Amino acid sequence: MARHRILITEDSPTMRQLLVFALKRLKDVEIVEASDGMDGLRKVTSDHFDLALIDINMPVMDGLKLISLIRGEESLKEMPIIVITTEGAKEDRERALSLGADEYLTKPIQANRVLQVAKSLLKID
Amino acid sequence: MSDKKEGLFARADEVLALFRQGAEFTHELLRENERLRRQVATYEDQQLAASDDRAWEKLRRELLARIQNLEGEKQDVLDRLRAVEAENRHFAERYLEIEEENNNLASLYVASYQLHSTLDLSEVLQIIVEIVINLIGAEVFAIYVLDEKTRGLSAVAAEGRDVAEFPEFELNVGPVGTAVASGETTCAESLGSDDPRQPIVVIPLRVQDRPLGAIAIQKLLQQKESFTALDHELFTLLAGHAATAIFAARLYSQSERKRNTIQGFIDLLTK
Repeated sequence: MARHRILITEDSPTMRQLLVFALKRLKDVEIVEASDGMDGLRKVTSDHFDLALIDINMPVMDGLKLISLIRGEESLKEMPIIVITTEGAKEDRERALSLGADEYLTKPIQANRVLQVAKSLLKID
Repeated sequence: MSDKKEGLFARADEVLALFRQGAEFTHELLRENERLRRQVATYEDQQLAASDDRAWEKLRRELLARIQNLEGEKQDVLDRLRAVEAENRHFAERYLEIEEENNNLASLYVASYQLHSTLDLSEVLQIIVEIVINLIGAEVFAIYVLDEKTRGLSAVAAEGRDVAEFPEFELNVGPVGTAVASGETTCAESLGSDDPRQPIVVIPLRVQDRPLGAIAIQKLLQQKESFTALDHELFTLLAGHAATAIFAARLYSQSERKRNTIQGFIDLLTK
Protein backbone atom coordinates (compact mmCIF):
# COMPACT_ATOMS: atom_id res chain seq x y z
CA MET A 1 0.00 0.00 0.00
CA ALA A 2 1.27 3.48 -0.94
CA ARG A 3 2.54 5.63 1.90
CA HIS A 4 0.55 8.70 0.76
CA ARG A 5 -2.75 8.87 -1.11
CA ILE A 6 -3.58 12.09 -2.92
CA LEU A 7 -6.87 13.13 -4.50
CA ILE A 8 -6.86 15.60 -7.40
CA THR A 9 -10.26 17.16 -8.11
CA GLU A 10 -9.97 19.19 -11.31
CA ASP A 11 -12.19 19.34 -14.38
CA SER A 12 -9.40 20.14 -16.87
CA PRO A 13 -7.62 16.95 -18.11
CA THR A 14 -4.60 19.10 -19.00
CA MET A 15 -4.30 20.39 -15.44
CA ARG A 16 -4.89 16.94 -13.96
CA GLN A 17 -2.11 15.49 -16.08
CA LEU A 18 0.27 18.28 -15.09
CA LEU A 19 -0.52 17.85 -11.39
CA VAL A 20 -0.03 14.09 -11.63
CA PHE A 21 3.35 14.70 -13.29
CA ALA A 22 4.37 17.02 -10.49
CA LEU A 23 3.18 14.81 -7.63
CA LYS A 24 4.53 11.55 -9.03
CA ARG A 25 7.98 12.85 -8.10
CA LEU A 26 7.03 12.08 -4.50
CA LYS A 27 8.09 8.61 -3.46
CA ASP A 28 5.55 5.94 -2.70
CA VAL A 29 2.46 7.94 -3.61
CA GLU A 30 -0.87 6.91 -5.09
CA ILE A 31 -2.84 9.56 -6.98
CA VAL A 32 -6.59 9.40 -7.59
CA GLU A 33 -8.31 11.78 -10.01
CA ALA A 34 -11.79 13.25 -9.90
CA SER A 35 -13.24 15.31 -12.77
CA ASP A 36 -15.76 17.45 -10.87
CA GLY A 37 -16.83 18.41 -7.37
CA MET A 38 -19.42 15.65 -7.00
CA ASP A 39 -16.97 12.98 -8.18
CA GLY A 40 -14.43 14.39 -5.72
CA LEU A 41 -16.91 14.27 -2.85
CA ARG A 42 -17.82 10.65 -3.63
CA LYS A 43 -14.18 9.61 -3.64
CA VAL A 44 -13.09 11.56 -0.58
CA THR A 45 -15.93 10.22 1.56
CA SER A 46 -15.47 6.62 0.49
CA ASP A 47 -11.72 6.28 0.90
CA HIS A 48 -8.83 7.65 2.92
CA PHE A 49 -6.63 10.40 1.48
CA ASP A 50 -3.64 12.17 2.97
CA LEU A 51 -3.99 15.26 0.79
CA ALA A 52 -6.52 16.79 -1.60
CA LEU A 53 -5.92 19.27 -4.43
CA ILE A 54 -9.13 21.01 -5.43
CA ASP A 55 -9.85 23.36 -8.31
CA ILE A 56 -12.38 26.07 -7.56
CA ASN A 57 -14.13 26.51 -10.91
CA MET A 58 -15.66 23.12 -11.70
CA PRO A 59 -18.97 21.94 -13.12
CA VAL A 60 -21.63 20.08 -11.09
CA MET A 61 -20.14 21.28 -7.77
CA ASP A 62 -17.51 23.98 -7.40
CA GLY A 63 -14.42 23.67 -5.24
CA LEU A 64 -15.51 26.00 -2.45
CA LYS A 65 -18.71 23.99 -1.91
CA LEU A 66 -16.66 20.80 -1.92
CA ILE A 67 -14.25 22.18 0.69
CA SER A 68 -17.07 23.22 3.04
CA LEU A 69 -18.67 19.76 2.71
CA ILE A 70 -15.34 18.06 3.38
CA ARG A 71 -14.74 20.17 6.49
CA GLY A 72 -18.26 19.34 7.63
CA GLU A 73 -17.26 15.68 7.91
CA GLU A 74 -15.70 14.87 11.27
CA SER A 75 -13.31 12.30 9.77
CA LEU A 76 -12.07 14.78 7.14
CA LYS A 77 -11.55 17.84 9.33
CA GLU A 78 -7.78 17.35 9.47
CA MET A 79 -7.11 16.31 5.87
CA PRO A 80 -4.85 18.93 4.23
CA ILE A 81 -6.40 20.73 1.23
CA ILE A 82 -4.63 22.72 -1.48
CA VAL A 83 -6.86 24.98 -3.55
CA ILE A 84 -5.88 25.61 -7.18
CA THR A 85 -7.51 28.47 -9.02
CA THR A 86 -7.26 31.20 -11.62
CA GLU A 87 -8.48 33.75 -9.07
CA GLY A 88 -5.53 35.72 -7.77
CA ALA A 89 -7.38 38.32 -5.69
CA LYS A 90 -6.63 38.51 -1.97
CA GLU A 91 -10.33 38.16 -1.01
CA ASP A 92 -10.63 34.92 -3.01
CA ARG A 93 -7.64 33.53 -1.18
CA GLU A 94 -9.01 34.57 2.20
CA ARG A 95 -12.39 33.03 1.40
CA ALA A 96 -10.87 29.68 0.46
CA LEU A 97 -8.67 29.64 3.54
CA SER A 98 -11.60 30.59 5.80
CA LEU A 99 -13.61 27.66 4.43
CA GLY A 100 -10.85 25.31 5.46
CA ALA A 101 -8.23 25.17 2.71
CA ASP A 102 -4.65 24.95 3.96
CA GLU A 103 -2.87 26.37 0.92
CA TYR A 104 -3.89 28.41 -2.09
CA LEU A 105 -2.11 28.15 -5.46
CA THR A 106 -2.92 30.29 -8.49
CA LYS A 107 -2.64 29.37 -12.14
CA PRO A 108 -0.52 29.18 -14.17
CA ILE A 109 0.76 26.40 -11.98
CA GLN A 110 4.46 25.81 -11.39
CA ALA A 111 5.03 22.08 -10.91
CA ASN A 112 7.86 22.61 -8.44
CA ARG A 113 5.66 24.91 -6.32
CA VAL A 114 2.93 22.24 -6.18
CA LEU A 115 5.53 19.69 -5.12
CA GLN A 116 6.97 22.00 -2.47
CA VAL A 117 3.55 22.72 -0.94
CA ALA A 118 2.50 19.06 -1.07
CA LYS A 119 5.72 18.01 0.68
CA SER A 120 5.14 20.60 3.35
CA LEU A 121 1.56 19.48 4.05
CA LEU A 122 2.47 15.79 3.96
CA LYS A 123 5.44 16.56 6.23
CA ILE A 124 7.97 14.97 3.85
CA ASP A 125 11.58 16.16 3.62
CA MET B 1 50.79 -11.17 83.77
CA SER B 2 48.53 -11.72 80.78
CA ASP B 3 47.56 -8.01 80.94
CA LYS B 4 51.19 -7.10 80.70
CA LYS B 5 51.60 -9.41 77.69
CA GLU B 6 48.57 -7.87 75.92
CA GLY B 7 49.94 -4.46 76.62
CA LEU B 8 53.28 -5.42 75.11
CA PHE B 9 51.64 -6.87 71.99
CA ALA B 10 49.57 -3.72 71.58
CA ARG B 11 52.65 -1.52 71.81
CA ALA B 12 54.44 -3.80 69.33
CA ASP B 13 51.53 -3.37 66.89
CA GLU B 14 51.67 0.39 67.29
CA VAL B 15 55.40 0.42 66.60
CA LEU B 16 54.93 -1.80 63.52
CA ALA B 17 52.19 0.51 62.25
CA LEU B 18 54.48 3.47 62.73
CA PHE B 19 57.30 1.73 60.86
CA ARG B 20 54.89 0.91 57.99
CA GLN B 21 53.72 4.52 57.73
CA GLY B 22 57.34 5.60 57.77
CA ALA B 23 58.16 3.14 54.99
CA GLU B 24 55.26 4.37 52.82
CA PHE B 25 56.28 7.96 53.41
CA THR B 26 59.82 7.13 52.42
CA HIS B 27 58.64 5.41 49.20
CA GLU B 28 56.57 8.48 48.35
CA LEU B 29 59.55 10.71 48.93
CA LEU B 30 61.69 8.51 46.72
CA ARG B 31 59.09 8.66 43.89
CA GLU B 32 58.82 12.41 44.17
CA ASN B 33 62.59 12.64 44.18
CA GLU B 34 62.76 10.56 40.98
CA ARG B 35 60.15 12.77 39.31
CA LEU B 36 62.01 15.90 40.22
CA ARG B 37 65.29 14.40 39.00
CA ARG B 38 63.68 13.68 35.60
CA GLN B 39 62.29 17.17 35.43
CA VAL B 40 65.66 18.65 36.23
CA ALA B 41 67.23 16.47 33.54
CA THR B 42 64.68 17.76 30.98
CA TYR B 43 65.35 21.36 31.89
CA GLU B 44 69.07 20.74 31.66
CA ASP B 45 68.61 19.32 28.11
CA GLN B 46 66.54 22.31 27.04
CA GLN B 47 69.14 24.58 28.57
CA LEU B 48 71.80 22.75 26.55
CA ALA B 49 69.83 23.09 23.31
CA ALA B 50 69.77 26.84 23.65
CA SER B 51 73.02 27.07 25.32
CA ASP B 52 74.78 28.84 22.44
CA ASP B 53 73.86 31.31 19.69
CA ARG B 54 74.43 28.85 16.83
CA ALA B 55 72.08 26.31 18.35
CA TRP B 56 69.50 29.04 18.88
CA GLU B 57 69.85 30.23 15.29
CA LYS B 58 69.52 26.69 13.98
CA LEU B 59 66.44 26.12 16.12
CA ARG B 60 65.00 29.44 14.97
CA ARG B 61 65.54 28.61 11.30
CA GLU B 62 64.00 25.16 11.74
CA LEU B 63 60.95 26.64 13.42
CA LEU B 64 60.60 29.33 10.73
CA ALA B 65 60.81 26.71 7.98
CA ARG B 66 58.21 24.64 9.79
CA ILE B 67 55.94 27.67 10.08
CA GLN B 68 56.36 28.39 6.39
CA ASN B 69 55.44 24.81 5.49
CA LEU B 70 52.39 24.95 7.68
CA GLU B 71 51.36 28.29 6.18
CA GLY B 72 51.67 26.75 2.72
CA GLU B 73 49.63 23.73 3.72
CA LYS B 74 47.00 25.98 5.25
CA GLN B 75 46.78 28.01 2.03
CA ASP B 76 46.40 24.80 0.00
CA VAL B 77 43.60 23.64 2.23
CA LEU B 78 41.86 27.02 2.03
CA ASP B 79 42.21 27.05 -1.76
CA ARG B 80 40.76 23.56 -1.97
CA LEU B 81 37.93 24.55 0.34
CA ARG B 82 37.12 27.58 -1.83
CA ALA B 83 37.20 25.41 -4.95
CA VAL B 84 34.85 22.88 -3.34
CA GLU B 85 32.51 25.66 -2.20
CA ALA B 86 32.47 27.14 -5.71
CA GLU B 87 31.75 23.70 -7.16
CA ASN B 88 28.93 23.19 -4.65
CA ARG B 89 27.44 26.53 -5.59
CA HIS B 90 27.71 25.61 -9.26
CA PHE B 91 26.01 22.25 -8.62
CA ALA B 92 23.24 23.93 -6.63
CA GLU B 93 22.65 26.46 -9.44
CA ARG B 94 22.74 23.71 -12.04
CA TYR B 95 20.30 21.63 -9.97
CA LEU B 96 17.86 24.54 -9.90
CA GLU B 97 18.28 25.05 -13.65
CA ILE B 98 17.61 21.37 -14.30
CA GLU B 99 14.58 21.43 -12.00
CA GLU B 100 13.17 24.35 -13.96
CA GLU B 101 13.94 22.65 -17.28
CA ASN B 102 12.16 19.52 -16.03
CA ASN B 103 9.14 21.54 -15.01
CA ASN B 104 9.06 23.28 -18.39
CA LEU B 105 9.45 19.99 -20.26
CA ALA B 106 6.59 18.52 -18.23
CA SER B 107 4.34 21.43 -19.25
CA LEU B 108 5.34 21.12 -22.89
CA TYR B 109 4.82 17.36 -22.86
CA VAL B 110 1.39 17.66 -21.27
CA ALA B 111 0.34 20.35 -23.76
CA SER B 112 1.53 18.29 -26.73
CA TYR B 113 -0.01 15.07 -25.40
CA GLN B 114 -3.39 16.66 -24.81
CA LEU B 115 -3.46 18.41 -28.20
CA HIS B 116 -3.01 15.12 -30.02
CA SER B 117 -5.22 13.04 -27.76
CA THR B 118 -8.42 13.61 -29.74
CA LEU B 119 -9.74 14.05 -33.29
CA ASP B 120 -12.90 15.82 -32.19
CA LEU B 121 -12.65 19.49 -33.21
CA SER B 122 -14.65 20.85 -30.27
CA GLU B 123 -12.44 18.86 -27.85
CA VAL B 124 -9.29 20.12 -29.56
CA LEU B 125 -10.49 23.71 -29.21
CA GLN B 126 -11.35 23.10 -25.54
CA ILE B 127 -7.87 21.68 -24.93
CA ILE B 128 -6.27 24.75 -26.53
CA VAL B 129 -8.39 26.93 -24.25
CA GLU B 130 -7.24 24.91 -21.19
CA ILE B 131 -3.60 25.19 -22.20
CA VAL B 132 -3.80 28.93 -22.67
CA ILE B 133 -5.56 29.42 -19.31
CA ASN B 134 -3.72 26.89 -17.15
CA LEU B 135 -0.22 26.88 -18.59
CA ILE B 136 0.18 30.40 -19.97
CA GLY B 137 -2.17 32.19 -17.57
CA ALA B 138 -4.38 34.15 -19.96
CA GLU B 139 -7.76 35.47 -18.85
CA VAL B 140 -9.25 36.83 -22.09
CA PHE B 141 -8.42 35.34 -25.48
CA ALA B 142 -9.90 33.86 -28.63
CA ILE B 143 -9.04 31.15 -31.11
CA TYR B 144 -9.42 32.27 -34.71
CA VAL B 145 -9.76 30.04 -37.75
CA LEU B 146 -9.18 31.16 -41.34
CA ASP B 147 -11.92 30.71 -43.91
CA GLU B 148 -10.04 29.63 -47.05
CA LYS B 149 -12.72 31.04 -49.38
CA THR B 150 -13.30 34.49 -47.83
CA ARG B 151 -9.73 34.77 -46.39
CA GLY B 152 -11.37 36.03 -43.23
CA LEU B 153 -10.46 35.14 -39.65
CA SER B 154 -13.32 34.58 -37.23
CA ALA B 155 -13.32 33.49 -33.59
CA VAL B 156 -14.46 29.91 -33.02
CA ALA B 157 -13.66 29.62 -29.30
CA ALA B 158 -12.99 32.14 -26.56
CA GLU B 159 -12.48 32.64 -22.85
CA GLY B 160 -13.23 35.64 -20.66
CA ARG B 161 -15.69 37.11 -23.19
CA ASP B 162 -18.40 35.80 -25.43
CA VAL B 163 -16.97 34.51 -28.72
CA ALA B 164 -19.30 36.86 -30.62
CA GLU B 165 -17.61 39.86 -28.99
CA PHE B 166 -14.34 39.13 -30.74
CA PRO B 167 -14.12 40.97 -34.08
CA GLU B 168 -13.36 39.35 -37.41
CA PHE B 169 -10.16 40.13 -39.27
CA GLU B 170 -9.02 39.90 -42.83
CA LEU B 171 -5.76 38.28 -43.76
CA ASN B 172 -2.93 40.82 -43.75
CA VAL B 173 -5.08 43.39 -41.98
CA GLY B 174 -4.59 44.48 -38.37
CA PRO B 175 -2.36 42.78 -35.82
CA VAL B 176 -4.13 39.42 -36.09
CA GLY B 177 -4.37 39.35 -39.90
CA THR B 178 -0.75 40.48 -40.27
CA ALA B 179 0.59 37.91 -37.84
CA VAL B 180 -1.35 35.09 -39.53
CA ALA B 181 -0.07 36.14 -42.96
CA SER B 182 3.54 36.46 -41.83
CA GLY B 183 3.58 33.45 -39.52
CA GLU B 184 5.40 35.48 -36.84
CA THR B 185 4.22 35.44 -33.23
CA THR B 186 3.78 38.94 -31.86
CA CYS B 187 4.07 39.80 -28.19
CA ALA B 188 3.45 43.29 -26.79
CA GLU B 189 5.08 44.78 -23.70
CA SER B 190 1.77 45.35 -21.92
CA LEU B 191 -0.03 42.63 -19.95
CA GLY B 192 -3.56 43.60 -21.00
CA SER B 193 -5.61 45.41 -23.58
CA ASP B 194 -9.22 46.56 -23.44
CA ASP B 195 -9.47 46.65 -27.22
CA PRO B 196 -10.21 43.22 -28.76
CA ARG B 197 -8.76 44.59 -32.00
CA GLN B 198 -5.39 45.05 -30.27
CA PRO B 199 -4.44 41.78 -28.60
CA ILE B 200 -1.19 41.69 -26.63
CA VAL B 201 -0.14 38.31 -28.10
CA VAL B 202 -0.97 36.80 -31.47
CA ILE B 203 0.16 33.23 -32.11
CA PRO B 204 -0.38 32.34 -35.76
CA LEU B 205 -1.42 28.76 -36.38
CA ARG B 206 0.19 27.25 -39.48
CA VAL B 207 0.40 23.80 -41.02
CA GLN B 208 3.22 23.35 -43.52
CA ASP B 209 3.45 27.13 -44.01
CA ARG B 210 -0.26 27.34 -44.75
CA PRO B 211 -2.05 29.78 -42.44
CA LEU B 212 -4.84 28.14 -40.53
CA GLY B 213 -5.76 30.63 -37.83
CA ALA B 214 -4.45 32.29 -34.69
CA ILE B 215 -4.69 32.51 -30.93
CA ALA B 216 -5.14 36.12 -29.86
CA ILE B 217 -4.58 36.87 -26.18
CA GLN B 218 -6.07 40.09 -24.92
CA LYS B 219 -5.54 39.97 -21.18
CA LEU B 220 -3.56 37.93 -18.65
CA LEU B 221 -4.64 36.70 -15.23
CA GLN B 222 -4.18 39.24 -12.43
CA GLN B 223 -1.34 37.30 -10.80
CA LYS B 224 0.61 36.88 -14.04
CA GLU B 225 3.34 39.50 -13.87
CA SER B 226 5.22 38.85 -17.10
CA PHE B 227 5.88 36.30 -19.82
CA THR B 228 8.48 33.66 -19.03
CA ALA B 229 10.77 31.57 -21.20
CA LEU B 230 8.25 28.73 -20.84
CA ASP B 231 5.48 30.96 -22.20
CA HIS B 232 7.49 31.62 -25.36
CA GLU B 233 8.14 27.88 -25.70
CA LEU B 234 4.40 27.29 -25.36
CA PHE B 235 3.70 29.93 -28.02
CA THR B 236 6.00 28.00 -30.39
CA LEU B 237 4.40 24.69 -29.47
CA LEU B 238 0.88 26.00 -29.96
CA ALA B 239 1.79 27.60 -33.30
CA GLY B 240 2.67 24.18 -34.66
CA HIS B 241 0.88 21.54 -32.64
CA ALA B 242 -2.41 23.35 -32.08
CA ALA B 243 -2.56 24.06 -35.80
CA THR B 244 -1.87 20.39 -36.63
CA ALA B 245 -4.46 19.23 -34.11
CA ILE B 246 -7.14 21.54 -35.56
CA PHE B 247 -6.21 20.56 -39.11
CA ALA B 248 -6.34 16.82 -38.29
CA ALA B 249 -9.67 17.20 -36.46
CA ARG B 250 -11.22 19.05 -39.42
CA LEU B 251 -9.86 16.49 -41.85
CA TYR B 252 -11.20 13.65 -39.70
CA SER B 253 -14.60 15.34 -39.51
CA GLN B 254 -14.71 15.79 -43.31
CA SER B 255 -13.64 12.24 -43.97
CA GLU B 256 -16.24 10.93 -41.50
CA ARG B 257 -18.95 12.91 -43.27
CA LYS B 258 -17.82 11.56 -46.63
CA ARG B 259 -17.65 8.05 -45.27
CA ASN B 260 -21.17 8.35 -43.87
CA THR B 261 -22.43 9.73 -47.19
CA ILE B 262 -20.83 6.90 -49.14
CA GLN B 263 -22.10 4.36 -46.64
CA GLY B 264 -25.58 5.83 -47.04
CA PHE B 265 -25.39 5.39 -50.84
CA ILE B 266 -24.10 1.83 -50.46
CA ASP B 267 -26.92 1.01 -48.05
CA LEU B 268 -29.45 2.48 -50.55
CA LEU B 269 -28.00 0.49 -53.43
CA THR B 270 -27.84 -2.76 -51.53
CA LYS B 271 -31.44 -2.55 -50.21
